[in-house]
Amino acid sequence: MNSHSAAMDNSLQQYLDLYDANSRAIDAGCGAPLLNAMRPGARSALEGARLPERGDEGYERTSVNDMLAPDFGLNISRLPMPVDVTASFRCDIPAVSTLMAFVVNDSFVPSRTLEERLPDGVRFMSLARAARECPELVEPYIGLGTGSCPAADLNTLLLQDGVLLHIGRGVRLQKPLQLVNIFSSSTDMMAVRRLLVVAEDDSEAQLLVCDHTQDREHRYLSLQMIQIHVAQRASFELYDLEESSALTSRISMLYAHQEADSSLTVNGSTLSGGKTRNDYRLDLDGTGCRTMLAGMAVATGDQTVDNSSEVLHHVPRCHSDQLFKYVLDDKSNGAFEGAIRVEEGAVLTEAYQTNRNLLASSDARMHTRPQLEIYCDDVKCSHGAATGQLDQQALFYMQARGIPQHEARVMLMQAFMADVIATVRPEGLRDRLRLLVERRFHGRSSATCADCGAAHNTDQVCSSSI
Amino acid sequence: MEPTDSNIIDDVTSGDYGSKYGFRSDIDTEIIPPGLNEDVIRIISAKKEEPLWLLDFRLKAFRHWQKMTVPDWAHLDIPPIDFQAISYYAAPRQKKAPGSLDEVDPQLIDTFNRLGIPLEEQKLLSGMAVDAVMDSTSVKTTHRAKLAEMGIIFCSFSEAVKEYPELVQKYLGKVVSYADNFYAALNSAVFSDGSFVYIPKGVRCPMELSTYFRINASGTGQFERTLIVADDDSYVSYLEGCTAPMRDENQLHAAIVEIIVENRAEVKYSTVQNWYAGDADGRGGVYNFVTKRGLCRGVDSKLSWTQVETGSAITWKYPSCVLAGRGATGEFYSVAVTRNRQQADTGTKMIHLASDTRSTIVSKGISAGHSQNSYRGLVKVAANADNCRNHTQCDSLLLGATCGAHTFPYIDVANDSAIVEHEATTSKISEEQLFYCNQRGIPTEEAVGLIVNGYAKEVMNKLPMEFAVEAQKLLQITLEGSVG
Repeated sequence: MNSHSAAMDNSLQQYLDLYDANSRAIDAGCGAPLLNAMRPGARSALEGARLPERGDEGYERTSVNDMLAPDFGLNISRLPMPVDVTASFRCDIPAVSTLMAFVVNDSFVPSRTLEERLPDGVRFMSLARAARECPELVEPYIGLGTGSCPAADLNTLLLQDGVLLHIGRGVRLQKPLQLVNIFSSSTDMMAVRRLLVVAEDDSEAQLLVCDHTQDREHRYLSLQMIQIHVAQRASFELYDLEESSALTSRISMLYAHQEADSSLTVNGSTLSGGKTRNDYRLDLDGTGCRTMLAGMAVATGDQTVDNSSEVLHHVPRCHSDQLFKYVLDDKSNGAFEGAIRVEEGAVLTEAYQTNRNLLASSDARMHTRPQLEIYCDDVKCSHGAATGQLDQQALFYMQARGIPQHEARVMLMQAFMADVIATVRPEGLRDRLRLLVERRFHGRSSATCADCGAAHNTDQVCSSSI
Repeated sequence: MEPTDSNIIDDVTSGDYGSKYGFRSDIDTEIIPPGLNEDVIRIISAKKEEPLWLLDFRLKAFRHWQKMTVPDWAHLDIPPIDFQAISYYAAPRQKKAPGSLDEVDPQLIDTFNRLGIPLEEQKLLSGMAVDAVMDSTSVKTTHRAKLAEMGIIFCSFSEAVKEYPELVQKYLGKVVSYADNFYAALNSAVFSDGSFVYIPKGVRCPMELSTYFRINASGTGQFERTLIVADDDSYVSYLEGCTAPMRDENQLHAAIVEIIVENRAEVKYSTVQNWYAGDADGRGGVYNFVTKRGLCRGVDSKLSWTQVETGSAITWKYPSCVLAGRGATGEFYSVAVTRNRQQADTGTKMIHLASDTRSTIVSKGISAGHSQNSYRGLVKVAANADNCRNHTQCDSLLLGATCGAHTFPYIDVANDSAIVEHEATTSKISEEQLFYCNQRGIPTEEAVGLIVNGYAKEVMNKLPMEFAVEAQKLLQITLEGSVG
């Protein structure tokens, strides 16, 4: 027991030791002075720090410490790992443009097609390369808003590559971009990932991020950070879809800053995975912002989905909505902790939060803690949380009309998720998400783009989604 | 000059405690010197002529307390408390136990009369039994004979220890263990008095039982303990009122209330808490750190908490229901008002351990001035508790731009047949409502009073009649000041 707890206590230490012994190799593997310069600060911030564990306020269902405890391999010397991404991942969501980027494990995969087709004013590239070639685009934003979070500092400490999406002033993209994160390795592996999005003034863009795992044999852990900066009057939408394997864990931290009159939509859907912890922290820094934060989780088996959100209203006249829905089956565990904080002086704030959960089995567990912290009087804020099960009367009604029970349940669960899916604005994406959710409820996962298979099964798609 | 909105809010929120409740009684008080160690506990126990098992209970709690650290998770800013600077026992000095009201110190009687708690005829007329706890000891229990006829025991805790030791020993610490939390451990070590109620099988208590708590001596803490046992098929409604005089220093109140509800029994526990809240700059006031918990262990038992919290510099309490009997019901109705520099972190816990249990939570927070008012509540459904139902509603009303209103509900569901709902809203009094009232000739200050009253009505309605009047008055004094 003692040795066990001692090992647990030290799960941060192994990374610090790794860094201390290999800091040069890490710097060399990254090759971007801008990113390397951030490591010493992160290292000193981690001195004496500890990773959150169960029992810590806000981590009732997830121990970040335990998630980071196994000795995953880290590819710090950047050994090339050949993966034929184009062969196994051909995603054909109709409305998604062909502007698609890949991250295999922790490395950005350069693609000539992508570079050639990118419109003017848009950069969608390796973060390490961007930090070398155009540091002026990266530097002002890369250090923003991580606060005092040990997992975020650990990400900074070990980060070697990531993705930059930069949308220039006034550029409006018609079709969503896509980023596919792939795990594929011959050993257990941990990937340190980062996505930096900067939407300059008056720009408009949408990004779909898919997390996939290619095999079912190895354990993977993604320690990822997403930083989003939305400048004045800009609009950005992020659709983050996790469809990995039961052996893949994910610790994701999203930090967003919004300037005046900007608009941000974040939709995080967890369809399959092992343990998932998503932290969202959205800072509304400019007046007149609109924010939509939505999340959906469909969990089965031993899956754990833990979402924690914090929307901070610093200034007057912003509007934020949060909507999180969970369907939990088998022995799955769900947790939601969502906060709205309205600071002194942030008058005329409207902030709403909704959390609804369905427990589909007697072994599933849900923990929810919506929070309001309000330091200002002229506001309209509300939150609501409910945990329950499918309406027996509705089920009976449908069965009485000849719909088999299983079908009826799926239809009701599908309907339950409808409003989260409705937050997805591009029509093609919305339809695809609806289909994926339905497939998920039918017990099929789509862990690869090939499985997702819209192009191969169009007829079936149509018939089953109507 | 026409009052502007902002000074109306100031008027409304700076009501005067001093003239109404802030008197200090010069009653001859016996206080033991400040400080806490095993000897002090032995002195308290000896003064109360307690049996050995109770002293052991105290010492066990004290030893455990010494190992504990002050909890800091609440949304409260608590200055460090020097537990050695508090006197743990202050009793009104009396030669012997009073045989009748005549023998009680007339000044003490006067104190209670000024509080609007007439111990004498008025109470007899209103048919209420009162146990008044001043500082640490229970002063007088009225109506005992009449209650005794029905087999109801209602007496001070120390009397209960002497007269019904087997009952006390059977139930003491069974709901709130001495190791439950920091302040519960402290209370278990040093508690001085309180009330004990036992309602036998099948008895409906014909009158409201009532306790009035008052801290009088300076530099003392109050650590009372209430134990209520409702046996099968019984019913009791219990009222608790609290007040303290104005003082510059902070006074600590760390009480424990334990309630046990057996098969088909029902207990209704109402609190009107008006401890001194400190002055406008936050000097002085009572720290109200209370552990209240009821165990509904009987089938179809019911426990209902109603509280109106207007006082205390800091309120930190969560009256809870452990629903362990099949079909048990828990209820919590609360109005918490904070103003000036007051802080409150209050709410409830509903722990559903058995099937078919139901709970309702209605919490109304009103914050004004520079105060911070938080609702924190837990609804937990255990894995083998089927068909549980909870509905929680907590609303916050903000009066003033510098106050805070926060909501921290914890919802833990481990059973797929449970239906648990939580709703919360936060807003200020809407301009439209005020305008509507103004238009119909109701001045703004009255309109604010009207709206606040209407807002709190749902909870006020749950209070027994006698208390509802007092609570209404309190709300007015607290919030309305010159208004109304």
